[in-house]
Amino acid sequence: MKHTLKPSQYAILAAVMLTASVGDTLLAHGMRQVGPVSLQHLGLLLAALRNPWVITGILLLLGFFASYLTALSWADLTFVLPSTAFGYVVVALLARFWQHEHISLYRWAGIVLIVSGVGFVAGGPSLTEHPQPQHAEPPSEVQP
Amino acid sequence: MSALAPSVAIHVGTLETWATILSVAATAIAGDVLTAGAMRRIGDLDLIRERAGLGGAIRAVIGSPMFLLGVLCMALSFFSLLFTLSKVDVSLAAPASASLTFIGNAAAARLFLKENVDHRRWAAALFVCVGVLLLAH
Repeated sequence: MKHTLKPSQYAILAAVMLTASVGDTLLAHGMRQVGPVSLQHLGLLLAALRNPWVITGILLLLGFFASYLTALSWADLTFVLPSTAFGYVVVALLARFWQHEHISLYRWAGIVLIVSGVGFVAGGPSLTEHPQPQHAEPPSEVQP
Repeated sequence: MSALAPSVAIHVGTLETWATILSVAATAIAGDVLTAGAMRRIGDLDLIRERAGLGGAIRAVIGSPMFLLGVLCMALSFFSLLFTLSKVDVSLAAPASASLTFIGNAAAARLFLKENVDHRRWAAALFVCVGVLLLAH
């Protein structure tokens, strides 16, 4: 049986792709505003927590972890992981078309390879069918 | 003997570089596989959230020892990366450990999670691995 994904599950995978890369970018932007943190000035880390870019970055990274765990609950690790790599492509494309940075031929080749890799797994089943799940705990055991 | 000393030193340095990079990848793979195994045992989080709410889903995840062990391995990987970055250039350490993690995860998922890693998924892991290395240029 080929496991296909529902639109809401594709939305979760899109969140996996986007939140990590955008969150990292926002964190980097915020920390550049805060300035270098050293062992002698650890208080700056608390100041960083008041920076809106840092706060948004942390929220996005929390969102990444939640969506990553959700995806792993209904898809194989080898199906979900290439999606996380797609984040590198998002950062590179943001750098090219938003920040107008130069992207070398090597990087374009890397982007093409990652997109192809994601395309390979996206065309296949999302979950391996096991005849007898090992120690599976049915969701109904979870109490509200 | 003295003429050999620099090459031996370079060899040891290279060995240490790749040992630290391998430790980052190994702990990251352990974290990913343990986390994925825990989520497989817990079941579909969307269904749990429908049935028990967001709090129930969070309790189901945090109550899994396998998940907590996975998070511990991810934390170890993070600190290994910090240690590695203190000795190795980020332009080598970050893409090399990420690429090794992608390939290692495919093998570990097949071995421990019994996932059907067919030609399509091996090709994806290889393409992403090389792609990440190229992005670092």
